[in-house]
Amino acid sequence: MTEQNMAERTIARAGIPTAEEILEPTPGAILQRRIFGHTSLVIGIVILASIILMAIFAGVISPGDPYDQVLSRKLIPPIWHDGPKVSWTHPLGTDSLGRDYLTRLFYGARISLFIGFTAMLISGLIGTTLGVLAGYFGGRVDMLVNFILTTRLSLPVVLVALAVISLIGSSLSVVIWVLGLLIWDRFAVVMRSATQQMRGLEFVTAAKALGCSTPRILLSEIMPNIANHLIVVATLEMAHAILLEAALSFLGLGVQPPQPSWGLMVSEAKGLIFFDSWLIGIPGFALFTLVLSINLLGDGIRDVTAPENRN
Amino acid sequence: MTKRILDVENLTVDIRVPGGMLHAVQDVSFTVDKGETLCIVGESGCGKSITALSLMNLLPKAAIRSAGRLQLDGMDMRDLDERKMSDLRGNRIAMIFQEPMTSLNPAYTIGNQLIEAMLRHRDVSTAAARQRALFLLEKVGITGAANRIGQYPHQLSGGLRQRVMIAMSLMCGPALIVADEPTTALDVTIQAQILHLLAELQRELETGLILITHDLGIVARVATRVAIMYAGKFVETGTADQLFNAPSHPYTQGLLRCIPIPGRTKRGAHLGAIPGIVPSLIGDMQGCHFASRCRHVHDACLSGAIDLRPAFDNGHQYRCLLSPQACAENLKPEGVA
Amino acid sequence: MLAYALKRLGVAVLVALTVSVITFSMVYLPGDPAMALAPESASQEDIEHIRHVYGFDRPITVQYLDWLVKALHGNFGRSHYLNEDAATVIFNRLPTTMILGACAMAFALALSIPLGVLAAVHPNSIFDRFALTVAVVGQAMPSFWFALTLMLWFGINWRLLPITGTDSWRNFVMPSVVLGYYVTPAVMRLTRAGMLDVLSSDYIRTARAKGLRPMRVLFKHALRNAILPVVSLASVQFGFMLGGSIVIETIFAINGLGFLAWESIQRADLPMMQAIVLVLSVFYILLTLLADLLNAFLDPRIRVT
Repeated sequence: MTEQNMAERTIARAGIPTAEEILEPTPGAILQRRIFGHTSLVIGIVILASIILMAIFAGVISPGDPYDQVLSRKLIPPIWHDGPKVSWTHPLGTDSLGRDYLTRLFYGARISLFIGFTAMLISGLIGTTLGVLAGYFGGRVDMLVNFILTTRLSLPVVLVALAVISLIGSSLSVVIWVLGLLIWDRFAVVMRSATQQMRGLEFVTAAKALGCSTPRILLSEIMPNIANHLIVVATLEMAHAILLEAALSFLGLGVQPPQPSWGLMVSEAKGLIFFDSWLIGIPGFALFTLVLSINLLGDGIRDVTAPENRN
Repeated sequence: MTKRILDVENLTVDIRVPGGMLHAVQDVSFTVDKGETLCIVGESGCGKSITALSLMNLLPKAAIRSAGRLQLDGMDMRDLDERKMSDLRGNRIAMIFQEPMTSLNPAYTIGNQLIEAMLRHRDVSTAAARQRALFLLEKVGITGAANRIGQYPHQLSGGLRQRVMIAMSLMCGPALIVADEPTTALDVTIQAQILHLLAELQRELETGLILITHDLGIVARVATRVAIMYAGKFVETGTADQLFNAPSHPYTQGLLRCIPIPGRTKRGAHLGAIPGIVPSLIGDMQGCHFASRCRHVHDACLSGAIDLRPAFDNGHQYRCLLSPQACAENLKPEGVA
Repeated sequence: MLAYALKRLGVAVLVALTVSVITFSMVYLPGDPAMALAPESASQEDIEHIRHVYGFDRPITVQYLDWLVKALHGNFGRSHYLNEDAATVIFNRLPTTMILGACAMAFALALSIPLGVLAAVHPNSIFDRFALTVAVVGQAMPSFWFALTLMLWFGINWRLLPITGTDSWRNFVMPSVVLGYYVTPAVMRLTRAGMLDVLSSDYIRTARAKGLRPMRVLFKHALRNAILPVVSLASVQFGFMLGGSIVIETIFAINGLGFLAWESIQRADLPMMQAIVLVLSVFYILLTLLADLLNAFLDPRIRVT
């Protein structure tokens, strides 16, 4: 019996995996297993998908029109209350101007999602560019970006946003641009550190040795590898933008009436808190659920693609 | 009459891991007497560190320890609760670890950490503890101890930090010191100094010393008794002389073949290597653990339990079916048709 | 240590100057500041007159430097609306916001540090899951909704706490909880992560091997090292909190800086707005500078070389 056969037999019996066994499950299969095993990620995806569908099909599934004011049917409580006017025509009741609340809830989802998404895109573009440049080139570029970042962090975001919007005038696009230009900081920080880690790796050195131009290296070598960090931060910042827009609208300097922004709906109802508290509870809960689902999605993506970065 | 400080019999440590049960230490027995140095030798993953940690009961939560006998200075340590065990640690039994660079808390001075070790176990004043710390710092060869005692770990080199660790282990005058590869992370020149220091201290204070290492050179220098560990079991035990002069287990022989010996190894000769890899310790294993890498393996080696049996002299044991002569000449094992 | 401190101070000054430039330039956001100030019916002459009186006809750099120098002397101009020195008003209202901030931070630390430590000592246990739930909920909760809900239950339905004003300590309970909960998730996660990291380090193993009692190992050895990044984070979050207090102060009618900012925005009182932004920014810069220095001081590796 040769030494080699002996070794192989014992290794097999001892349960050490062979080469084939190690290579077996494909990366896709592993990813799938991880995704479906991760409860909160699945919950987040399901809730977010539902809200997106609600927003897209708001026109179809709403009982009424979000702007239709019929004062005779104002302040009808939702289904779970008792009352003379409570009915399934208005499952979530009506507000102080007689507008159907369920409808306004659905249409409000559009506003939150739209503003959140576009503000995230703008801030993502700014922050990622700054972060990647700082992380890749280091030195003076890094110092400059750090300086810009520190300056941005020193500004109180809500106050500056309020001040700027009050001076320019409030509209959907103003809100989006102001938010986009203010919340890029986390993108910059995370992408900078991710790029720094990539910069030192060998495949980048190899690309440089092959004579690849810098933009090409940044786009085709580095970006794909830091994409997962980008997605995670993007979800978190989208949630951040949604909360900020809600706060601005609550203070009257975001989306203007009669648009059904959830934050605005809470603001319009705060005087009625004692009598008709559902008017505050419903849009507030909707905001909470939307932001929660986005956060769960972001956390879940991070856990699934790079569990070592947890916290 | 020599006093027995440590008496261990049938020590077993199993660790629950995702793949099943890892048998890290299997039925290991050894003793340490006053003034004696026991070297446990083996490669990475053989279970020697776990053996050391199990003496102090510093094992991970998923580990299960059992022993037929586990006595320190006559006291049964097997079922001590955590509180009583912590009373022993740093007091009657002390441990020195492998990485001096990270073994000290960077936020406190070394004096603070030394004094703390004593105040925990002795009812003395801080000043008295400080005196002892100074005394021990000088004893371990740190010059200017009065200055050093107020310094922070980052201000000391690796060699100095390890000396501090040794001093810390001696603060309460333990009966037994367990040193887990104390010199592996140090430069070779410092290694020699630290080992020399340990040997001297041990002689003077008559403590028992368990020295864990993978370096046979160290073993040759300091060991009274040696235990060669492989895949969770002791495969050969004896005095240093016995092992070096008449290695009986194929693994020991393989290890010795790997080292060039001045005067014996011929110029241009091949250094030995042991082919194969350490088997997985998860799940049940049959027969000899070394079978997959042994050049003398036979069918009989693959099943059944193989016990330690005596080699040439008193106190020299090895775990193999073959006789030492058979290994040398590749003859059939005894008792096999 | 000194070199480090000086360098940080230099950077802080530069940042403060940049912020001042940004703050100053807010005047030009509506286009022509003189026109923005003038009433609807003003003639061209009136507008030019306003421009001259307020100095808007001078070169921009001169205007900026003038404003900056005055600001450094504590003169933030006069509030258009209140006809008082902006500085006086601000520094009258500042203490209230500071108290609110301090209470909120105290609440946040009292909640998040023990939770974080507990979660780290028993990872993947029910404590851990509870702590993470607290964090996740805190990150998703809109602060104004939380405030209104608390107000509804504790103030109106159960009548346990007052809902507006600043008469007694009870007025600060709900606002502090809402404001503090805003920073709790980050602090808790960092404490947990830091403790997990530290608890697996070699010097903790040494401490256990010396026979030290578990509480001592946890607090003297582990937390002492894990708390360093938390100190930095807490001070940064304190700065954010002050900026974000505007929502809470308006809901609970607390007469602090946030409420003042809100009023100024409603009244288009630009000098006041600028002053508040500048004051808060400089405060944040000072805070982070102090946090950095404190951090360096707490870490002997930087302090003693």
